Amino acid sequence: MKRLEKKHPLAIRWFHWINFPVLMVMIWSGLLIYWANDVYGVRIGSRSLFQFFPDAFYKKFNLESRLAEGMAWHFLFMWIFAINGLLYVIYTAVSGEWRHLLPNRNTLREAWQVVLHDLRIRRQPLPRRKFNGAQQIAYTSVIVMGLGSLLTGLAIYKPIQFAWLTAFLNGGVLGVTGYNAARFLHFWLTVGYCLFFLIHVAQVARAGWNNFRAMITGYEVVQVEGDAPQPTRTAKASGDAVSPATPEAGAA
Amino acid sequence: MSEERNEEQPPHDASGNDAIAEATGTAGGTEHVASAPREDAPHTEINIDAAASDAEVEAQMRRLSRRSFLWGAVAVGTGFGGWRWLVTRRPDDGIPWPFRRALQFNEELGRDFFKTTRLAPTFAPAQAAAIPRVNGAIGMEDEFDPKEWRLNVEGLADEEAPEKELTLAHIKSLPRVEMVTELKCIEGWSMIVRWGGARLSDFIAKYPPATRSGDAPDVRRKPEDLPGFVGMATPDGGYYVGLDMESALHPQTLLCYEMNGKPLTPEHGAPLRLAIPVKYGTKSIKRIGVIRFSDRRPADYWAEQGYDYYSGH
Repeated sequence: MKRLEKKHPLAIRWFHWINFPVLMVMIWSGLLIYWANDVYGVRIGSRSLFQFFPDAFYKKFNLESRLAEGMAWHFLFMWIFAINGLLYVIYTAVSGEWRHLLPNRNTLREAWQVVLHDLRIRRQPLPRRKFNGAQQIAYTSVIVMGLGSLLTGLAIYKPIQFAWLTAFLNGGVLGVTGYNAARFLHFWLTVGYCLFFLIHVAQVARAGWNNFRAMITGYEVVQVEGDAPQPTRTAKASGDAVSPATPEAGAA
Repeated sequence: MSEERNEEQPPHDASGNDAIAEATGTAGGTEHVASAPREDAPHTEINIDAAASDAEVEAQMRRLSRRSFLWGAVAVGTGFGGWRWLVTRRPDDGIPWPFRRALQFNEELGRDFFKTTRLAPTFAPAQAAAIPRVNGAIGMEDEFDPKEWRLNVEGLADEEAPEKELTLAHIKSLPRVEMVTELKCIEGWSMIVRWGGARLSDFIAKYPPATRSGDAPDVRRKPEDLPGFVGMATPDGGYYVGLDMESALHPQTLLCYEMNGKPLTPEHGAPLRLAIPVKYGTKSIKRIGVIRFSDRRPADYWAEQGYDYYSGH
């Protein structure tokens, strides 16, 4: 038989859905800025595999000669991005939601099982929990990346006031140092978000409507064992590690 | 996207959940009455009727979904509305005014909370670029004879001062300073440059502007009595920058006549240019023809085209 079960708290749903368009604006305005000095690419030795970005890309998405506009959007929406992210971190810490999100000592092993499962190599069902190991790693990493974007962003935005940050990067990242390293990391973190986004959307699509709907309504319809009607009881809103969940709950 | 009434209530408020309990209670029909919340229940718990039939559960979910998706639609609509509003505002120097206000807010925050006298990192001379990149020749397209060049100074304390027209010898008579700093272009690239010249603060002390109070200027001890801005322009007026006095008096702001120990080349702004590491490279104007002291914010070539006026680092 079926039952409604609370999955995502209202606050987290707001943080999530505010972050989505704001991050899009940050990436779009970032591209307007990046156009003015588009130096990064993937190279093996002296051979260029891919250049960020081919001219056709800028033309297609109308990203050319809009540096001032890009900076204006970036320096307004950076506030919303940072404040929303900060509130999310505070909320997860205070509400106890972090217990579902932070990796623990079983996470790595479990994440590997998830990967094998998703690649159809391993047949056993995934652990029935709110977030599995792979999700814990992904959702925690993306927050750490957000902090990275914030810090490298500050190092680029105020390189003298935050000279200590830039100096920290003087150790070098792949041979790039100082101010350049901040810019380099800031760019690659954005590439990271795009990869995260692609995998996230694919996983959500795979997990299905019930799972996606939970990020909007907060509730999921779950299948519970046994059809004998039980006396009225309360369902834990946050979804305990022990509470039954649909198999899909593990995927996105 | 969210439960009902989320505008009036904090996101994790218990009463937000009551709305759901109400909705689910009625959805469950009259046969099953949801029990009252437990006294000790944490307020993230809600009552869910476990005895409801599958059809009833689905009906509850549909009701919840309709409500949440309506909220979602309102949020998406608000987002689009906000975006339309933003991009259709009256432009203020090249960008819609809310963006200009945001840049100004960021400037004020920076000037209030940062130490604006903080020094830019310096480097060893060997780290400086051997052949510094040339970027931009706006205001330098005209025929120009460096021998005929004079530096015009406006807004001096002494309106009749003979110093209103200066030669390079006047600038060179000020203490010579050499510094190796990183020039950060607003486009995103940066370059370590070895500059040589005189501090703008020494120049201002030698040729002081008229003060706000009308008293004799004292650049070192009473900088707040100086006019708020310094404007600079090329001889043909084609390129011009505005600086706040605070940044103009920064010890690393140089009137520069040498690069890599040699006289400036024409494309780098000979005979005299500005090197101001606490700002984007756009403020390091080449071929300075005029210096104007003023309490009114001087025009700035790039700020008129949508860029941040302050551009401080």
